[in-house]
Amino acid sequence: MPEFDLKSAQFRREREAAWKELEELLARLEKKGLESLTADELHRLPVLYRSAVSSLSVATAISLDKNLLDYLTALVSRAYIAVYGAKRRVGEAVADFFLQRFPWAVRRYFVFVLAAYALLGLGVLTGYRLVLADPERYYSLVGDAMAQGRNPAASDKELRDILYSGEAGPLGLFATFLFTHNAKIGMVCFAVGFVAGVPVIYLLFFNGLELGAMAALYQTRGMGAEFWAWVLPHGITELSAVALSGAAGMALGAALVFPGRHTRLRNLALQGREVALLALGAVAMFLMAGLIEGIFRQVVHDVGVRWALATLTLVFWTWYFLAVGRRAPEGPA
Amino acid sequence: MSAVSLDKTRVHPVLTPEGLSLPFVVGSAGDRISAFLLDTLLIFLATLGVWVLAGISAALGLKELGFSVALLVGFLLWNFYFIYFEAHRGGVTFGKRKAELRVISRDGGPLTAEAVVARNLMRNLELQLPLLVLLAPDQMLPEAPVWGRLIAAVWLLAFAFMPLFNKDRLRCGDLVAGTIVVKAPVAVLLGDLTDRGVTRPAERRERPAARWSPPPPTPAFAPEPVAEEFPFTRQQLDIYGIHELQVLEDLLRRDDQGVLDGSILEEVCDKIKTKIGWPRERWDVQPRRFLDAFYRAQRGRLEQKMLFGQRQERKKG
Repeated sequence: MPEFDLKSAQFRREREAAWKELEELLARLEKKGLESLTADELHRLPVLYRSAVSSLSVATAISLDKNLLDYLTALVSRAYIAVYGAKRRVGEAVADFFLQRFPWAVRRYFVFVLAAYALLGLGVLTGYRLVLADPERYYSLVGDAMAQGRNPAASDKELRDILYSGEAGPLGLFATFLFTHNAKIGMVCFAVGFVAGVPVIYLLFFNGLELGAMAALYQTRGMGAEFWAWVLPHGITELSAVALSGAAGMALGAALVFPGRHTRLRNLALQGREVALLALGAVAMFLMAGLIEGIFRQVVHDVGVRWALATLTLVFWTWYFLAVGRRAPEGPA
Repeated sequence: MSAVSLDKTRVHPVLTPEGLSLPFVVGSAGDRISAFLLDTLLIFLATLGVWVLAGISAALGLKELGFSVALLVGFLLWNFYFIYFEAHRGGVTFGKRKAELRVISRDGGPLTAEAVVARNLMRNLELQLPLLVLLAPDQMLPEAPVWGRLIAAVWLLAFAFMPLFNKDRLRCGDLVAGTIVVKAPVAVLLGDLTDRGVTRPAERRERPAARWSPPPPTPAFAPEPVAEEFPFTRQQLDIYGIHELQVLEDLLRRDDQGVLDGSILEEVCDKIKTKIGWPRERWDVQPRRFLDAFYRAQRGRLEQKMLFGQRQERKKG
């Protein structure tokens, strides 16, 4: 016969206060972040979470109050995310990214990075040889938009002016434009890796072709060294960023095509996160390249200084990728 | 009702380290779209604001600085808004909060920053490339024939609409990052319906004082003769199952909120009385009082059976 006081109702009365306390903490945590809790409250959180977990398992066993069950499920789910979804300060995460995870990811996907550089280099070499052999091919390799008047029909002076044009508009604006444009392309590179990485290979090679063709054009006019002094100060950084974006795309494609011992979906999920680090790092490198290109190159016209900076960036990135963050990252970022 | 309805929705169970399976409800396509539109609108308005500021500063003679900043801020907004908020706020953006959505890691682990980055970088493939091919095909595919562009558009739109083609509503970014978007409702704990209209009996004296027994409930009222008013027999309470009980609960709670037509309670009341064979001589009852009493008795019976390992999900016959 029905009892006056259901066990489930009694159970609820005894635990309700703890649930309300947890709910209040969560509301504050979700709205204002971890900093809004006092030390005591931070200690209470896991305790209350565990008690809510036990409440939920008891409730599923003894109670048929749907509202109560739904409430507890939602509460425990929220608390679960609050307790186990480790959150970090932005500054900490950024430092960890640059000092640990980014160079680590580059080494982790070394094969792809090398392959990307190789594709880029192959493109440069091909474009260079093709145009050197027959200058007319330049037109089919470099589009008009990209060439901006730099074509075999241009005079030596016009070509030279481009290398030393200091007054080419507002510096900051130019740098920002370059950065946003290139970074966007880098991110697209990563994303299209999802299409088995094929477009990335094309993009890398084609990028190289254009550069090689242009180098050949300047070479035929006897300005080869000056051309590279113009390209490389920012180019080392920018081409590396292109290579990393491309490597990210290829690695993503490979994760999809060759899932190894995981299922395709699981492997994609596992690798996607790490590969994304490459793309994110590449964005940061594009920013640096944009700053060098948009500001330094416009101001400094001395070939020697340009070569010095190019060497400096080369040494820096080599050191950074090979030496920084040798300790494997512990736990998730 | 703010309660999560577990019927007809897809559940993504996550096993906590405590060994409890949490049934996260997969966010619906509609919620996802409205959250996305809200976020996009926000980004758009912010970008607009920045450019207006840039215009003002240009009028004041700071043309270059204003435009550089606007360009940069616009870039950051369009590309890092989602990343920043999802990483910083535990998988929630403004739009997602409004739509009660949250990004979680599919395996139940913490949502890492790189997962957030991965899932949001994929937006380039899902959204921006299709839009570009549709709106400015010449930029993407110069000299391509019209049908070529058409194929490209269809191909890319397939990525954009991917969430519609799988039950977990995963988009490419979710696949790459191993994440899933779930409902994150803030449920409200309503009163216990069995407390309604009943004053609790005084503590039963006969209860043995076992060591583990919780403290007795404090209020000491005299029992009201509600149970005598509606004496249900065991046979009457063995007819309905858990599903019907919870439908009744929903009904009563909606009545409490005053969003119920007056006649529904009476209809339900009559239905139940017929079904359980309520004696004709006591047919005339106040519906709400009867239903409250029935709910309490029915829940007590079903919970009791559940404790003995008998979950009666549906009514008999």
